[in-house]
Amino acid sequence: MSDGFENLYREIILDHYKNPRGHGVIEDADAEAEGQNPLCGDEVSIFVTFDPDGDTIDDVKFSGRGCAISQAATSMLMEMVKGRSAEEVSAMSKDELLDEVGIPLTPIRLKCALLGLGVLKVALHRGKGTPLPDEWAGLDELELR
Amino acid sequence: MSGKPLAYLDSANSSQKPRRVLDGMRAFYETSYANVHRAVYELGERATAEYEGARDKVQAFVNAPSRREVVFTRSATNALNLVAYAWGFDNLGPGDVVLVTELEHHSNFVPWQYVAGRTGAEFRALGIDESGELDLESLDALENVKVVAAAYVNNSLGTVNPVEQLAGWAHERGAVLVVDACQAAPHRPLDVQALGCDFLAFTGHKMCGPTGIGVLWGRQELLQEMAPFELGGEMIRSVSVERTTWNELPQKFEAGTPPIAQAVGLGHAIDYLNEIGLESIERHEHELTEYALARLTEADGVTVYGPPADRRGGIVSFQVEGVHPHDVAQVLGFEGVAIRAGHHCTQPLMTRLGVPATNRASFYLYSLPEEVDQLVSGLRRVKELLG
Repeated sequence: MSDGFENLYREIILDHYKNPRGHGVIEDADAEAEGQNPLCGDEVSIFVTFDPDGDTIDDVKFSGRGCAISQAATSMLMEMVKGRSAEEVSAMSKDELLDEVGIPLTPIRLKCALLGLGVLKVALHRGKGTPLPDEWAGLDELELR
Repeated sequence: MSGKPLAYLDSANSSQKPRRVLDGMRAFYETSYANVHRAVYELGERATAEYEGARDKVQAFVNAPSRREVVFTRSATNALNLVAYAWGFDNLGPGDVVLVTELEHHSNFVPWQYVAGRTGAEFRALGIDESGELDLESLDALENVKVVAAAYVNNSLGTVNPVEQLAGWAHERGAVLVVDACQAAPHRPLDVQALGCDFLAFTGHKMCGPTGIGVLWGRQELLQEMAPFELGGEMIRSVSVERTTWNELPQKFEAGTPPIAQAVGLGHAIDYLNEIGLESIERHEHELTEYALARLTEADGVTVYGPPADRRGGIVSFQVEGVHPHDVAQVLGFEGVAIRAGHHCTQPLMTRLGVPATNRASFYLYSLPEEVDQLVSGLRRVKELLG
């Protein structure tokens, strides 16, 4: 048991979970989006403001509720993308985030870890018109018809 | 699991399978397998006899007046969609009200919401009180209800709904009652005539049977009037370019090659449950539920949802203060305890409870008090590590 627990809930994960970075809401954000993990009902909203150059991410925050993995991964993501260009972040690979998260994830927990990244990509897509890779496309069109 | 003894407390999700069912299905495939209803050779006759024999077992299991009222489907979801489409599209329209409950699994909620939307009927959900039981008093304010869709036993909280009462209320208004019995069929005696409902659906895999098989029971006069749901082979009497006519019940609703071995497996599961006795199973689970409710209620930082033990099935939903249900289930998994975390396909209910998700422990005939103890000590570990 201790092996399983310590592999998954590494100290850095628990630290980000208990003290999330960039947690909050930005009123009048330049771009924002909200997404759910339909498996567990978790919700994440992400808010972005840009530098006057219109491309560099000046500030980014997230709110919502979720498990330790989704909250920690999104917290880490906030640190990773602040100061980078929207263009660059829209092309950021899953692996870049997963390497940072650095824990073995089952397919179900992978969805938790990647929820924030998907929502951020949707926000940039809406705010800046950056391309939304196919794998995230569903996040932009979920509704009951 | 993870080097610990397994405590499988997720039977409301799906049950484990007794050897009897596995052996029965294997023997069927090895000695009696062919397609049903077409072959004139002996193997085909044997397969048909076993498949139809399973229908007889289901008929007795739910006390249906006629075997023609027992339709095999691929799942309970498939059965409920059958009713929503085949009955709903021809019987609902503007001015009609479709009534579900806040306790419905999505499979008895979303099809009705969809068909109501497509036919112009109004979609309403009967609310619940603080203990997670239906607010029956608010029924009086409702008019023009044409169909009521309700679970017998709710899958998130375990609430047992007063099906007989709902049937009486529905019939006084000329409405039909569609019952989702997925969490009832495995755990308590079922009698569609005593319940007084019009349709009843359940699945095989939660009651010791295989996946891929569900049952729809419906009143013969209603099934006869209904148009088919799926079209193709088996469900026809004659086909020509000019005109096709439907087969008789229940084949009218069994288009294509059915889940043959799965139906046979369900028949073995029914034999198994009958031999143990549904009353005994219900009593065993009731005792376990009382025990689990007592242990969890006294546990530090644990909130338990739902009604008291005498008005619920073998299901206990709870939350651990300050710890997300996924993390609770993950840590319990490392402790060998298998429980569900999530919204249990009941998002409207979760919204009503004001939570995104819960943890759910659920019991079956093979569950033991020691497994409840393992759960409770696992929860202490959760609090230690993440609380």
